[in-house]
Amino acid sequence: MWLELRDVARFFGVRKAVDGLSFRLAEGSIGCLLGPSGCGKTTALRCIAGFEPVDRGEIQAHGRVLSTPDFLAPPESRRIGMVFQDYALFPHLTVLQNVAFGLHRLPQSARIKRAEDILATVGLAEHRSHYPHQLSGGQQQRVALARALAPEPELVLLDEPFSSLDVELRERLGTEVRAVLKSLNATALLVTHDQQEAFAVADLVGVMSNGRLEQWDSPYELYHRPASRFVADFIGQGVFIAGEVVGAGTFQTELGLMHANGRADWTNGSQVDLLLRPDDVIHDDASQLQAEVCQRAFRGADFLYTLKLPSGARVLSLVPSHHDHAVGERIGIRIEPDHVVAFERR
Amino acid sequence: MSSSSESPPPRQFWRGSRLGATFTLLLCLPALVPLVVIVSAAFSPEAEVWAHLAQYVLPEVVANTVKLVIGVALIGGTLGTGLAWLTAMCEFPGRRFFDWALLLPLAIPAYVLAFVAVGFLDYAGPLQSWLRDVFGSSSWFPRIRSTGGTIFVLSLAFYPYVYLMARSAFLTQGGRALEAAQTLGYDRRAAAWRVAIPMARPWIVAGIALIVMETLADFGAVSVFNYNTFTTAIYRAWFGMFSVSAALELAGVLMLFVLLAFMLERRSRTAAHFSSSRDLSREAPRMQLGPLARYSAVCMVGLVFVLAFALPIVQLLFWAFTRAMSDLDARYFGFVARSLFLAVSAAVVIVAASVLLAYVLRRRPTMLTRSVIRIATIGYAVPGTVLAVGILVPVILLNNFLQDLLRSWLGASAPVLLLQGTLLTVLIAYLARFLAVGFNPIESGLQRVTHSIDEAAIGLGVVGGALLRKVHVPLLRTSLATAATLVFVDVMKEMPITLITRPFGWDTLAVRVFEMTSEGEWERAALPAVAIVLVGLVPAAMLTRRGAHVA
Repeated sequence: MWLELRDVARFFGVRKAVDGLSFRLAEGSIGCLLGPSGCGKTTALRCIAGFEPVDRGEIQAHGRVLSTPDFLAPPESRRIGMVFQDYALFPHLTVLQNVAFGLHRLPQSARIKRAEDILATVGLAEHRSHYPHQLSGGQQQRVALARALAPEPELVLLDEPFSSLDVELRERLGTEVRAVLKSLNATALLVTHDQQEAFAVADLVGVMSNGRLEQWDSPYELYHRPASRFVADFIGQGVFIAGEVVGAGTFQTELGLMHANGRADWTNGSQVDLLLRPDDVIHDDASQLQAEVCQRAFRGADFLYTLKLPSGARVLSLVPSHHDHAVGERIGIRIEPDHVVAFERR
Repeated sequence: MSSSSESPPPRQFWRGSRLGATFTLLLCLPALVPLVVIVSAAFSPEAEVWAHLAQYVLPEVVANTVKLVIGVALIGGTLGTGLAWLTAMCEFPGRRFFDWALLLPLAIPAYVLAFVAVGFLDYAGPLQSWLRDVFGSSSWFPRIRSTGGTIFVLSLAFYPYVYLMARSAFLTQGGRALEAAQTLGYDRRAAAWRVAIPMARPWIVAGIALIVMETLADFGAVSVFNYNTFTTAIYRAWFGMFSVSAALELAGVLMLFVLLAFMLERRSRTAAHFSSSRDLSREAPRMQLGPLARYSAVCMVGLVFVLAFALPIVQLLFWAFTRAMSDLDARYFGFVARSLFLAVSAAVVIVAASVLLAYVLRRRPTMLTRSVIRIATIGYAVPGTVLAVGILVPVILLNNFLQDLLRSWLGASAPVLLLQGTLLTVLIAYLARFLAVGFNPIESGLQRVTHSIDEAAIGLGVVGGALLRKVHVPLLRTSLATAATLVFVDVMKEMPITLITRPFGWDTLAVRVFEMTSEGEWERAALPAVAIVLVGLVPAAMLTRRGAHVA
């Protein structure tokens, strides 16, 4: 196991920035801590890097203990590389010197060689003699990545690596960064508040809220099997509709019977909420079930309709864009509940 | 939009660009004429004068100046950088207080610190008297009126320039750079030397260049120490030898030194501009010092604060109170009134000129306008003595020319002209020296009034005078106040220009300080000095308030 956190906590006064964080990251995989700003994800990253001590728990990498409340391995001895949010490139050094900066243990010629190789990997070989201020934001970001990867760290941390780039560049670089990390078989952990970014780069994503880890899972599982209401809300779009337990894993709703995971302690008649994603609600003219269009958002390939059910409850439906319906119109819908998730009624 | 054809197009509200261009060129003259006079004198030296200077004056003056500049740059630069490192990067008891308190010495002009130091540490001063009482002798005590003493005192007076620059460099990028270096396998000590300090180098060098310029320009402090430099030599050539050409030749050589420092400052500022990283919302945590290091940090920082500010202030107040009964008279209020009159007049003239230049630049942001304004504001780099002599010489020539003209018309009954002894000459010299002080805040303030703000207002029907009144004036108010305050304080402190160009009898507070200190009457110099220091606290407070935002 390359990185392991066990019940890690970090307090600032009474505020619990990180509280009971536990997860594991295997060699060569890319993890991500995802959450709204202030959820403690950056503090967690700084604990792993060694810039913050831990108040409880333990951080291990490759079987070595890095942090406990009584022990803090200095950041420089952790063999952990880091890409900072603002890149923190050294403005007085050239691109090549920046990348070679962490290779001080190698002889001069090997340093240059290694730095040149890694610059080629990120596609910046021809910019080796430039200074950081002469590069674009995206290029600076890749230099920062190359600099962090050059000393072959056991783990690379990326702190909101794309937040200062524009949206278009963000998507492209996300894919590129994943490709570079994978080609070097690097183990990496990034921190972001952007779900798209997390899903594009990471193999495993942890959703954090108020210092706690809500769920640590693959993007697919997070979307389709959220472990908590917070995760269900934070990841993707969707609405909750009311249901009643009528059997093990079977629920009665105003849209008919649905099957979902249940909890052992739920008895028939228990009131629950079921998560419906927009792709669970299918537009079907032949359906008996009618709903009124109350909002529509044209998104190019499809419409996202907000539909009002007879009870007044609302659901979202993703419909191919040639089905153009006006607000107020009643349309037929059908439920295709592959991955409905049930939560206890609040 | 039908109204757009009726309302004037944007940017046209300020009319008369030809008038603006004329004024801009006129505003160049106060700074340009002295430089031309000095350069032309340098290219046509009077052999006799030059030989005298080369043999008797220059060797001592050049050696003294070089020693002083190197000493103050080294010690002041080290002090400023070291203190900035401690307050910006480390945590120790009292850090918050010292963070701004270390800027307070800016309120004390170098010549005040100098006479307080000499008065306190000299043979007859309280410290050595006490030492003699206790130990019987104080002959082992180092002489304060020496090269070392002068360097020591000027370093204490000027270190805040480097402190300010280095501190902002460390605060904006130091912590993050250290962390980056640590993730690349350097421990904190190695990271500091390899990254944080090299990254801050452009700022530190720019601060040191400012120190060098201030040292070269200093007249009052070196006079107190009887330490001969270019400025004192120019003053003596002017008043002692009555040799205009000697003064001009010396000014020319001094300008060579100034030019080097000036170019160094420009170059480092450009480098600093390139290497400035984005503003970081979050600072890296400060270094926690061990018990011994923490104790040494407090002692070090506290010692500088006491020597550069607390002790001089206490001594100054003590002297001022002992002399208040006898000296706080009508004469004293005369000095105050004349200082206030000059400072207020200069503030009004310079703020008006700055507003004009800023608007010309806004309307025509061309290379030409920029270059012309750069010439007009270059005076901040020219030592006051040089500027004063460079302005008086052409004024005297003009005066004599007009006098001859009058004589040829009216004969013996012609009135005697004395242009060189008028307040106008003083104000022109101030304008040349302090235009940059007023222009910089106003120009950066006007940059915030973007053309789209104008266009938005015009779109809402607010045009012409109403636009100026309702939009520009409220937006510029703080900048105007800052500019006026800074000019006011600089003129209050100014010594050599006032001394050389003032009309007969126009003694100000600073002139009074000079006269008292040149007679060794430290106690009597304290009362006028206190007034100058009090006024000087205003910009120091403004700086610390701005600094508080950074911290």
